[in-house]
Amino acid sequence: MNTNEPAVTIAFYVFSALTLGGAAGVVFGRNMFHAALFLVASFFGLAGIYVLLQADFLAVVQVLIYAGAISILVVFAIMLTRQVERGNEWNQLRGPGLLLGVLLLLGLLFVLTGTQWYTGMGPYPADTVSTLARQIFGPWVLPFEVASVLLLAALVGAIIIAREE
Amino acid sequence: MAITLNHYLVLSAALFTIGLYGALAKRNAVTILMCLELMFNAANIAFVALTRAVAPQVLTGQVFALFVITVAAAEVAVGLAIVLAVYRQRRTIDATEIDLLKW
Amino acid sequence: MTVLDYLYDLSNLVQAFANWLSTFAPGWVVYWVVGLIAVATTLLFAVNNTLAMNYIERKVIAHFQVRYGPNRAGPYGLLQPVADAVKILLKEPIIPAVADRPVFLLAPIAAFVPAIMPWAVIPFTPQMMVADLNVGVLYVFAMGSLATIPIFMAGWSSRNKFALLGAMRAVAQMVSYEVPLVLSIVGVVISAGTLSLRGIVEAQAVPYVIPQFLGFLVFFVAGLGELNRSPLDILEAESEIVAGYHTEYSGFMFILYYIAEYTHLWAYSAFITTFFLAGWRGPLLPPYVWFVLKMLFVAFLLIWLRATMPRLRIDQLLSLAWKFLLPVALVNVFVTAVGVFIFG
Repeated sequence: MNTNEPAVTIAFYVFSALTLGGAAGVVFGRNMFHAALFLVASFFGLAGIYVLLQADFLAVVQVLIYAGAISILVVFAIMLTRQVERGNEWNQLRGPGLLLGVLLLLGLLFVLTGTQWYTGMGPYPADTVSTLARQIFGPWVLPFEVASVLLLAALVGAIIIAREE
Repeated sequence: MAITLNHYLVLSAALFTIGLYGALAKRNAVTILMCLELMFNAANIAFVALTRAVAPQVLTGQVFALFVITVAAAEVAVGLAIVLAVYRQRRTIDATEIDLLKW
Repeated sequence: MTVLDYLYDLSNLVQAFANWLSTFAPGWVVYWVVGLIAVATTLLFAVNNTLAMNYIERKVIAHFQVRYGPNRAGPYGLLQPVADAVKILLKEPIIPAVADRPVFLLAPIAAFVPAIMPWAVIPFTPQMMVADLNVGVLYVFAMGSLATIPIFMAGWSSRNKFALLGAMRAVAQMVSYEVPLVLSIVGVVISAGTLSLRGIVEAQAVPYVIPQFLGFLVFFVAGLGELNRSPLDILEAESEIVAGYHTEYSGFMFILYYIAEYTHLWAYSAFITTFFLAGWRGPLLPPYVWFVLKMLFVAFLLIWLRATMPRLRIDQLLSLAWKFLLPVALVNVFVTAVGVFIFG
């Protein structure tokens, strides 16, 4: 974000449009299968945003896990619940929810633009992968282990819940 | 015009709002789960952008984002399994009709 | 530099051209032109290999089956793939009336793009690569995992039961085989200590196929599953479900699937070469020649398997992935980690 290259600016707006457009497609589309594809587009835009933020490891993980795996799960759930064509209906909170959303967005924008963020604490590491690895297996090793236990529990739990009797 | 930290934070806020609106105002349980994923991702943008600006040497925000992705993967697996189980029992995944615990 | 130096590593040629260009053009022009040359040559190489592979596969399988194979169009039938390509391109692309049109049209393109993207990181020589990412290995698998969604898009939007059956099988298979595929490469990454593809080749004093034999085995078989190649090709099993997910596609849309499939296959050969066969390393011949020779060898192995093995059933296929490949890959990771901890 510290460069003034016009390419970065253009790329930022393209990826933002992809992200927000995909998200809007998920919410405002009627066809569930299209909604899932919009979700994939949104995840792609986010991967691009991570590249712009020089978080290359996260960008690749985003594509691998979200666009490659989670979207497949979602598509499968849509297929198995058989409500595809007009399955994406509104409930009674359509109006109040929009009002709440706009109010929240205005509040967030007010806070974000009004804050003086403390920036500029040293250079960005050249090799994010090894820095990230030292962080995860150093100070954050306990949360890392807990996350792996969580994944195992989720794996077993998902199988037991979804299994047919 | 250069892209600053604020641009990323505004993007994050907009994405979070869209996700929140969808999670509030949709009937289909799978859509609600998708919107939850969008909100997770909005939080991740904020984490990564802030670590890029505030603490670039330790990358704490990226570590957090990785944990968020892990938890999101676990959440979506269990969530969709629950949706499937509910569909098998009730023949619907309309979140407004699944009200057995409500009176 | 002599002519031989230029031929030894073709990137020297591009470098010389860039030097000549920079004598009168501004820096950003040189940057873009050199980048475009790199991308265009890689793309052409990847896509033209489809034609080559088409010919090689038919010829080799024919000889396995004691036939001659294509031998009418051109000398030794060399023009047969060109004739076929022209024939298919001249056909009308038919869109089913009930198809989900936007998704149906988008699916072939969405299948084609991730198939050519991994070529960006393949190191033909230490210099001949479009980009040396420091997350190269993960990038490769991320692009590989993107192959699933377009197949599902095609199967769903066709509104055809065979297409949908093929797509369901494809997703079950590819999701299952991705897990052992990624795990099998962890041993290589631990041994090399880097995620960059160039770094992995440079770390291979001994080709990793010897110390990482278990990883190689799992990667080879799981790659077959990920590529949907025979004997693991139930999603296009023509005796059961016509042509699987691309049953309804014709004309240039079918060509895109065809190119995507063979480009995946070549990329897979290139990755086996890079990860396990020491990439460009070898005596005498220029590095890129070694690389292509090793790729051809891996491709020959794939055709050999296709010619000799019968197709698996879907339950056998899934239990192969979860009950054999996954435990072996985990054992390999454990043994490699302990080995590196003690001896490294």
